[in-house]
Order: sequence, then C-alpha cells, then structure tokens
Amino acid sequence: MTELATYNFAYLDEQTKRMIRRAILKAIAIPGYQVPFASREMPMPYGWGTGGVQVTASIIGPEDVLKVIDQGADDTTNAVSIRAFFQKVANVAVTTHTKDATIIQTRHRIPEQQLEKGQVLVYQVPIPEPLRFLEPRETETRKMHALEEYGLMHVKLYEDIARHGRISTTYAYPVKVAGRYVMDPSPTPKFDNPKMHMSEALQLFGAGREKRIYAVPPYTDVVSLDFEDYPFEIQKFEQPCALCGAQGVYLDEVVLDDKGGRMFVCSDTDHCEDRREHGHAGEMLAPAKEAAE
Amino acid sequence: MTDTPLLKVSGVSKFYGSRIGCKDVSFDLWPGEVLAIVGESGSGKTTLLNCLSTRLMPTTGSVEYRMRDGNFRDLYHMSEAERRFLMRTDWGFVHQNPADGLRMTVSAGANVGERLMAVGDRHYGKIRETATDWLTRVEIGTDRIDDQPRAFSGGMRQRLQIARNLVTGPRLVFMDEPTGGLDVSVQARLLDLVRGLVNDLGLSAIVVTHDLAVARLLSHRMMVMKDGHVIEHGLTDRVLDDPREPYTQLLVSSILQV
Repeated sequence: MTELATYNFAYLDEQTKRMIRRAILKAIAIPGYQVPFASREMPMPYGWGTGGVQVTASIIGPEDVLKVIDQGADDTTNAVSIRAFFQKVANVAVTTHTKDATIIQTRHRIPEQQLEKGQVLVYQVPIPEPLRFLEPRETETRKMHALEEYGLMHVKLYEDIARHGRISTTYAYPVKVAGRYVMDPSPTPKFDNPKMHMSEALQLFGAGREKRIYAVPPYTDVVSLDFEDYPFEIQKFEQPCALCGAQGVYLDEVVLDDKGGRMFVCSDTDHCEDRREHGHAGEMLAPAKEAAE
Repeated sequence: MTDTPLLKVSGVSKFYGSRIGCKDVSFDLWPGEVLAIVGESGSGKTTLLNCLSTRLMPTTGSVEYRMRDGNFRDLYHMSEAERRFLMRTDWGFVHQNPADGLRMTVSAGANVGERLMAVGDRHYGKIRETATDWLTRVEIGTDRIDDQPRAFSGGMRQRLQIARNLVTGPRLVFMDEPTGGLDVSVQARLLDLVRGLVNDLGLSAIVVTHDLAVARLLSHRMMVMKDGHVIEHGLTDRVLDDPREPYTQLLVSSILQV
C-alpha cells in the first residue's frame, strides 16, 4: 500500500468523484439525456477514453473486477494501459473474462456474451451529440433535444438511402432511448445496437473532451431509428470466424498478404478464446501442440 | 374568404434601445390574402416581419393567429414547442438568401422531405414521392432530386426553398424579398409561379419587398413603411395608382420606366 498511498483511491479526488457520481445519477434518471459535467484532465490524451476512465474511476470499488476492451480486444494498447492504470491507482482485480467482470470499460464494442444483472458497461465516447454533423450549433441541438425535434435525424438516413440505396450508416447508429431522447451509442457497430435494448446491465457513457455523461439504465427500450420501408438491420457475415468457427458474431477482417489473402476473426477476443478452449475450431486455427509433436 | 381574420396584429412595436425598429403597427390578415410591406432599406420592414413570424420578440403589442381549431392564440403566450411546431407545419418562411432557408449539404429531396419527417413521416417511398411531386410543381427537373442545392442556380434554389416550405400545406407564408438577387427574367418566372401557387392553395402571405413591381403582381393589399411607421395602407392598386402620402408619391415616381 505504500506505493498506492501517493494516489487517492482510483486516481480522482473525492470531490471530483462525488461530482461525477451526481452526473451519473442524473443521467440514469433521464435515460439518454446528456448531462454536462466538469470533466478533469486525465493522464492520457483526449480521444483515448478520458471520459470512460473518469466514469469508471467514480464507480469502482476495491471489490470490483475490471475488464477493459478496445474494439473488442483485451490486448490492444488502449485496453492494456487503462487496465494497468486502474491496477495501479485502485489496486483492483482485473480480468479478461466477460462473465467475471463487474465493470467493463469499452471502446466501440459490446461483448458478445450477454451481460448480466449487476454488471456495468462503461463506454468511451468521442462525440456524444447525435445531431452534431447535421446541426453544428450546440444551442440549437440542445433545444432540439428539449423539444423532441428529431426530424433531422431521419434526414440523415434519407440521404443514406438516396445516395446508396440503403441505410449505409454502419456505426454510431442513432437510437431512441425509452421513447424520448435520441442518443449516439458511441462508435459501436450497429451490429451491437440490439444488445442495448432491454439490457440487464447498466450502461454508462462518458465523453471527456465534450464533458458529457449519459446513461441507459437496465431494462430500458433502445430502438434504432429507421424507415417503415427501410427497416433497421444489422451487419451479416458470410463466413464464420476463421479461428473459432463462431457464427452470428461481429468479425474483424485481417489482411494476410498483399495478394488479396484475408481472414475474418471474432472482434471479441475473449469470446473467441473461450470458444476455442471449449473445443470449437475454425478452418484456419493452427492444430494444437500435442498433435504437432 | 371568411369573416374572421387569420392573423390579428395590434400595436406591435420593436425598439432597439432608443432606436425604433417599427412602431405601433396594427392590421388584420384574412385567409387567402397577400399583403405586401414595402419601403426603403432601413424602414423596419424586416423587423416587422420577424416580429410577426416569432423570429424576434416585439417590445410591445400582440400577434394573434387563428389555429386550425378556429381559436385565436397569442403567439407570444404559446410555449416555444408549440411555436416551433406551428412554424414548421402551418407556416412557411422564405428567406431572401436561399442558403439561409435550405440545408445546403443535403439533397433537394431531403430538403423538401425534412418537414415531413419532422412531423413524423417515416415512409421513405412516400416522402420521396411527395418530394418529387413538389419539385415538379416548382419546375425543378425530377432528375435533380438527389443533387445538393449548391449545385443549383439562384432561381432554382429559391424555388426549392418555396417547395420546402409549402410541402406541409401551410396556411400562412412569410416572404422576405423573395426575388432579391435574381435577374429579371428569373424574377418574372418566380413571381408567376408564386402567384399560381398562392391562388391554387389559397395561401395567405406577407411579402416584404422594396420592389413595387413585386408588390403590384403578388399582393392584394399593401402597407408602406418609413422610419418604422406605417404611413400608408390600402389596396395595392389604389396605393400605387393614387398614392396619398408625399413619401409614397416619391416612391412610386422613382420607379424606372423603360
């Protein structure tokens, strides 16, 4: 504990955590509403998850088990450094297993394994305002939220269909929360949108640079916007994961050479490893060591 | 025309500090009527228009509008939500500069469809059909439906702006110098189009212009403003053919004769 004594528990001072918790409570009380908060400087650059880290730091306790993912992976730079950060400043247990974690901080994915009651999913959000690219004025977008004027969101989807013949928005796909606020689910692929609907887990969103926190409480309606004749649909993949053979999961494309070779693997590394441990194998999985000897 | 006015304006004044924007303006507007507000630059025409269209809060006075249910409501005692809803369904506002009234970065079809989507239309095919229909009515080729307004000429943009405003079937349209910045032949076509639409749809309109020819062609009645005051008010033909106030006489006699 001597090393830890130089830091307050979970890095932030108690007054800051109190302020952020109040913002979180307000956000939970008004699902999908962006609550302004006094975002602090964090020891990482903007865009690396300063908002998510502040939310996590405010809700984490010594008994919590933390998992951090970046684009579904547990072993990428962002995930590793945030995980190490909380090990150092909060001395909490960490894990890569979705089902063991109590808090999961994520950048741009929702784990494949269904989240359970009691778990908290913390999203890192770059731009919290779904109307931003259509209406640059913050005063105007706030008014539009307040008066529930969301026609503009459909103008964007209309443009998609007019240009590409289908709704071509694939990530940060706008959703309506609890029948009231339109929300940007952060740049998760739209594949993950249905997982937000009626989720058992609490979902918190932190945007550090934009200084906004918003939330989706457990068991809340989350509906993706669409047209009657162009309904919302998620991405479909033609082949299963090349390593674990999973179907109906979100896959990453990996380029193998400069001759057009490529493979599709699970974006959620924990899910993929878990399946392989249970004996599932895809067509490109290397044979086990015993067999090679 | 019915016996009850659509818009009742009484004693509207707007002061910018000690300067007068417009002072003590009262009039009634009946359904299907087109009223022109004319005057030179700085005479308070646009201030008055903004006060009437809830874009600017008047210092004193009241503006009452007859809603579709037949009841009069004071615009400045409505909630902001109701006011904005009124503005995008029952009203239209045509800006002098089309870029102010259009979304320049989305296609013509989406510009026309925006109001439909704002009032809850969620069927792409139907929205597109309506947009196509309106583009035809304002003489824009339907092959331009997916082009952005910045690819349009000034006259086309202005016509697109009109289509965008009329798509929800408004009853009252405000126009601020609708022909400003257009060359004369395009002006003539636009005026012809607006006159046709106003007649067909039975719209009421308030048109602000400094161009007396526009007032002559479009309006039934006109008001002449000078230094924030309405100095003359009457049927268009009467005011233009038999102006009473010295200033109106000056204005009418300054029209260039070719």
